[in-house]
Amino acid sequence: MEILLVNDLWVKYFTLSGVVSAVSGVSFKLRRGEMLAIVGESGSGKSTLGLALLNMVPKPGRIIRGEVVFNGVDILKLDPREIRKIRGSRISVVFQDPFTTLDPLRRIVDQFEEFLIEHGVEKVKVRTIVREYLEAVGLSERIMYSYPHQLSGGQKQRVSIAMAIALNPEVIIADEPTTALDVVVQKQIMDLIDSIKEKYKSSIILITHDLALALERADTIMVMYGGYVMEYAEKSELFSNMRHPYTRALFEALPRVLQRDLPRSLPGYPPDLRNPPPGCIFHPRCEFAVEKCKRELPPLIEVSRNHFVSCHRVGELL
Amino acid sequence: MSRTRRSLRLLLRLIVVFKNIYILSGLIIVLLFVFMAILADIISPYSPVEAVGLPLQPPSRLYLMGTDNLGRDVFSRIIYGSRIMLMIVAIAVAMSGAIGTVLGLISGYLGGLLDRILSFIMDSIYAFPSLVLAIALSVALGPSPINAAIAIAVVYVPTYFRMVRGQVLSIKSETYIEMAKALGIPSTRIVLKHILPHVTRTLMVVFSMNSADAILTEAALSFMGLTVQPPTPDWGFDLYKGRGFVLAGMWWIMLFPGLSITLLAVGFALISEGVSTLISPQKR
Repeated sequence: MEILLVNDLWVKYFTLSGVVSAVSGVSFKLRRGEMLAIVGESGSGKSTLGLALLNMVPKPGRIIRGEVVFNGVDILKLDPREIRKIRGSRISVVFQDPFTTLDPLRRIVDQFEEFLIEHGVEKVKVRTIVREYLEAVGLSERIMYSYPHQLSGGQKQRVSIAMAIALNPEVIIADEPTTALDVVVQKQIMDLIDSIKEKYKSSIILITHDLALALERADTIMVMYGGYVMEYAEKSELFSNMRHPYTRALFEALPRVLQRDLPRSLPGYPPDLRNPPPGCIFHPRCEFAVEKCKRELPPLIEVSRNHFVSCHRVGELL
Repeated sequence: MSRTRRSLRLLLRLIVVFKNIYILSGLIIVLLFVFMAILADIISPYSPVEAVGLPLQPPSRLYLMGTDNLGRDVFSRIIYGSRIMLMIVAIAVAMSGAIGTVLGLISGYLGGLLDRILSFIMDSIYAFPSLVLAIALSVALGPSPINAAIAIAVVYVPTYFRMVRGQVLSIKSETYIEMAKALGIPSTRIVLKHILPHVTRTLMVVFSMNSADAILTEAALSFMGLTVQPPTPDWGFDLYKGRGFVLAGMWWIMLFPGLSITLLAVGFALISEGVSTLISPQKR
């Protein structure tokens, strides 16, 4: 049973220096209780995709095509009031940089309560809920009365997570929730997200540039490059059967404990999306590229059940 | 317990504010004039509109600032004159502040065509020499204190608009605003509760600086007889009347109104300077 269904989503930024195609024809589905990792390097469109799921793409960006079907309703067709009811309560977001996600002039409790009251929680219950969820993310009650600058990065991220789960949303979009934190706190936060998934049966979209993290935590992985989906499969399938050259390159770039050589890096740079290369967006950096790759956009092919790859040479390369 | 702690913290904050020498001296000057205006009936020794002595008397113990050409006490006229000055400035600054802030918030937050149109109008007003525009508006509306206040307000709306709009543009892109949106907080609330509080500190600086400006503009309008009608006491108009006697050596008729205008403007400027040092750490 899918909670979220994204269908042929296109997002473009209409900047003065040209049109940037940030998300190009992305489709995926998210099951209840599933953790989907969207993996890609900077500029691959993964964060824009995350914002598009809430119809929150900042100007000059625009969603030009596609559907985001949540519980059978296309979110992109809702009017501002209806979508506001969904934001934060049924689909919530945890942002990348905890240092700037909280209003520096207001106490934690004020921000938290404002949000709850906005979503129709009765005033008498508000304080209890704040306490309950701060405790659920492992924070003591005292920090309620703190200002954001009095908390550490990890604590702030926990506050954001507490707010993200407080109304028991069906979908939580975690946009690089651990990138700005040190490794020990990273693990704690990811463990917390895992436990939330177990406890509240929420579906989680984990947006990350870290393939290792995705392989460790997610159920399903979608690899993006230059706004296009490169490969999309369940984790075990992807891990044992990586088909796309880009996924392989990402995987080979991971450092390994039992390997003496340095990890292999992928030469070149991500594409300039104002002026994308013709054909397959990845072909300039692909070691297997042939003439066809420079001319034709490869379709997303289902190579085995629920394993999609967008590559012309997927049949030849194993 | 938390209430006493809170009031203690407020007290500490007030001490910090008043320890600032600029703010303290500025406030003393401004409050001096405010009390003068409120208590005019009690402190002024004579009626400001009647001849109370011989004309053109130099300052003496009887007439602290001398008398003017009609034999009226200059000191009493200064005291009563503060009323009209403070009233016009207060109304003008409140109006331009309110309009400029609201439009700046809307324009900066919504952006788009509305922003372009508003910015264009504001920039056009701003590009005009403010005094010339104030005089022109005042003349067009007809001489009266309230019309002068409106003219001054119109002239200074862009000052607030530009400042607020600029701040909104930078605050708008902060992640906590995006977060508020993602939490489903409506735009009006975001603007009022999440953006406006960040603007208030800068707004205070502009507010007091602008008051100093408005005083000078009001004085200029009065000088041209565009606010009150004689014999109502008014610093700017008294300044105008006094100019004919300066060359004859009767300096007091012009000096004291001029001094009052300058002092009050300096008072506001000092507050503005003090607040701006308080809120920017580099200047501390």
